[in-house]
Amino acid sequence: MSKIDTPQRAKADRPAASLAAGEPSLYADRKKVYPKAVSGPVRSVKWAVLALCLGLYYLVPWIRWDRGPGMPNQAVLADINNARLFFFWIEIWPQEIYFLTGALILGAFALFAVSSLFGRLWCGFTCPQTVWTDLFMWVERWIEGDRNARMKLDQGPRDRVYWTRKAAKHAVWVFIALATGGVWVTYFVDAPTVTREFFTGAASLEVYVFVGLFTGTTYLLAGWAREQVCTYMCPWPRFQAAMLDENSLVVSYRAWRGEPRGKAKAAGVGNCVDCMACVHVCPTGIDIRDGLQIECIGCGLCIDACDSVMAKLGRPKGLIGFETLTNLAASTAATATFKPGPERHACGMQARQTPRFIRPRTMLYAGALGVVSLVMLGAFLMRTTLELTALRDRAPLYVRLADGGLRNAYTLKIVNRTHESVPYVLAFEGPRGAVLTAQGIEVDAQGRILLPPRPDAVSEYRVFLTIPGGQRVPQSTPVTFRLLDANGHAAARESTVFLGPRP
Amino acid sequence: MPTKVEKDALTGTDTTGHEWDGLKELNTPLPKWWLWTFYATIAFSVVWMVLYPALPFWGARGTLGWIARERVADDVAAAEARMAPMMNRIRAATPEQILADEELRRFAVAGGRGLFANTCAACHGAGGQGAPGGFPSLADDEWIWGGTLAAIQHTIQHGIRAGESDDQRQSQMPAFGAGVLTAAQIGDTAEFVLSLSSRAHDAAAAERGRALYAENCASCHGERGTGNRELGAPSLADQVWLYGGDRASITRSIAQARGGVMPSWQGRLDPAAVNMLTVYVHQLGGGER
Repeated sequence: MSKIDTPQRAKADRPAASLAAGEPSLYADRKKVYPKAVSGPVRSVKWAVLALCLGLYYLVPWIRWDRGPGMPNQAVLADINNARLFFFWIEIWPQEIYFLTGALILGAFALFAVSSLFGRLWCGFTCPQTVWTDLFMWVERWIEGDRNARMKLDQGPRDRVYWTRKAAKHAVWVFIALATGGVWVTYFVDAPTVTREFFTGAASLEVYVFVGLFTGTTYLLAGWAREQVCTYMCPWPRFQAAMLDENSLVVSYRAWRGEPRGKAKAAGVGNCVDCMACVHVCPTGIDIRDGLQIECIGCGLCIDACDSVMAKLGRPKGLIGFETLTNLAASTAATATFKPGPERHACGMQARQTPRFIRPRTMLYAGALGVVSLVMLGAFLMRTTLELTALRDRAPLYVRLADGGLRNAYTLKIVNRTHESVPYVLAFEGPRGAVLTAQGIEVDAQGRILLPPRPDAVSEYRVFLTIPGGQRVPQSTPVTFRLLDANGHAAARESTVFLGPRP
Repeated sequence: MPTKVEKDALTGTDTTGHEWDGLKELNTPLPKWWLWTFYATIAFSVVWMVLYPALPFWGARGTLGWIARERVADDVAAAEARMAPMMNRIRAATPEQILADEELRRFAVAGGRGLFANTCAACHGAGGQGAPGGFPSLADDEWIWGGTLAAIQHTIQHGIRAGESDDQRQSQMPAFGAGVLTAAQIGDTAEFVLSLSSRAHDAAAAERGRALYAENCASCHGERGTGNRELGAPSLADQVWLYGGDRASITRSIAQARGGVMPSWQGRLDPAAVNMLTVYVHQLGGGER
């Protein structure tokens, strides 16, 4: 753990100790980061993840799914107005919000597990802040040029070229931000309808407010705030330290191989030629050679940058790579007595071991993932389209009738998740001699009580259990209500009690 | 302030130069944009204080004149406007029509629940279970003045013995202890009343009370004690006792007379509210056709 506790920082951006006034500033200027374009395997993976994430985000609301007449035909829709969550063939009611809770718990544990195994994969590859910032940077490079051109543009005169390029960049940014904010809304209302309404001015005020809100935040966070979000605003870098340990794969500079730094042709120096390529491509503007640090989002672009330099110099790749702190320490210890050179490299690489992926921490996360998944799956498979609940009247607990009998009243709620209304026979098991009546519902020719639950809704029925006078009634008797289908099978049941006076 | 900025050995970070009893503070500078954001929130709060109620000027209402009470009034008015079509239908319908129409019935029961809690529950209990001492249960099958929709509606509209409406429920039980019957005669009558509902009683005394009952009580409560709803005379032959069914309670009822009072709600409540309450009380469990 020594590396985590004592990162060897020599931060250039910290204000020098000897300011003219004698007091160091307590406020830091924003140092604009000009990340350089880079290519390589990590960058390719990042492009692929970006395309996948953005593609899913922008296109999913447009997938259609036929649910029959009167129902929304959008495959993924959080229908706030009608209190339904649609996901392809699944239809979640507000009462089943625990499925959403479960999905979020799964997401959290998956995040913990991945972080303890591979470091900040989420931050570096899939976090929306990273993905949209990457997209905005791509636009920036496309319009203003790469790192050096952008620095020159910013330092140069405020001429026509400058303003044209800036205007063009911000126009594209706002366009992307608008698309982002607009698509967000389509997850909550029908996508084609709201898109048409949005452009004809017929959409509701809420739609415009939310589109404006998400357009504004996307533009600000991905265009302007960028790495400041990760460094200063996001809590995740702070508490991810609880998931990382010395066996997690994190983006690391192999100092045992690179130090001492020096010119490529100098004698007695390590592999690092101090070309700053890793610093120039970093989207958060840090030097990975300072060790594991809170600003590093683990995107691995410095790996691509360094590898391409090593390839040009004819040196082995991997001066920067995904490496565990254990292996770094092992390599450092093994090569302590070596002089820079191929022998040191060979020895250091040999000292490495396969990372320990199976550890109490990862097992704990995997176990939690498994348990939550099983619970979710079980709950989902046992989900029914018909539910019966019985609310017993509590005031009064029981009603004394004129003949001395007792009556309990129950409110039955029937949740019917299907889109048709099939009548069910209401049956009960309870105290001997009890008579069941349902308010406003006549018994049919066979003396049965038929309840027709309304489709896609919760129906309420008030029913009474009456025990005629002259019988001894215990203080509490179990009662079971059942809804029988056409075959006489109980499609739903609910247990409650029949209460009488204290003996 | 003595200032000696130095590099912290462990973290490599500069200190602020401030030292308290050997404790030194690391200087981890705050981004300037964060500072400006903080200033912006202060400026925002000042604008807010001027626009909205915060300062003791502009009638303590802010320059926008915004006040929460008026927003509540607006919300209430908006809710009432939303309910107006249903309320108009409820007002125009009879309770029978409301009961027959599923949509109206659900609306009336939901609205009646709130109205009942507001206006009726203080005496009749939250669920209409009644309360000892003359507040009858509305959930059982015993009605003093009738349990049909029309009878319930009439009682709610005009009240009972409150002197607030010409059509009120009116009757007066005599206090037989005030010189009409002797204590012994009252006791005998009470024994006979106990026998009407097959309770434990002194057979000889009840036999003596039979004639007294026929003479003094039967005209209202009926020959067999079955009661008379026209006169608000409750049944004495069943198991529901508003003022207690034991010997002492019955004796006291005969001697002192009974007669509950209920206010008239016509004029106090909207006709639609009366209709909703009628349907709500009817569905508590004792409603008669």
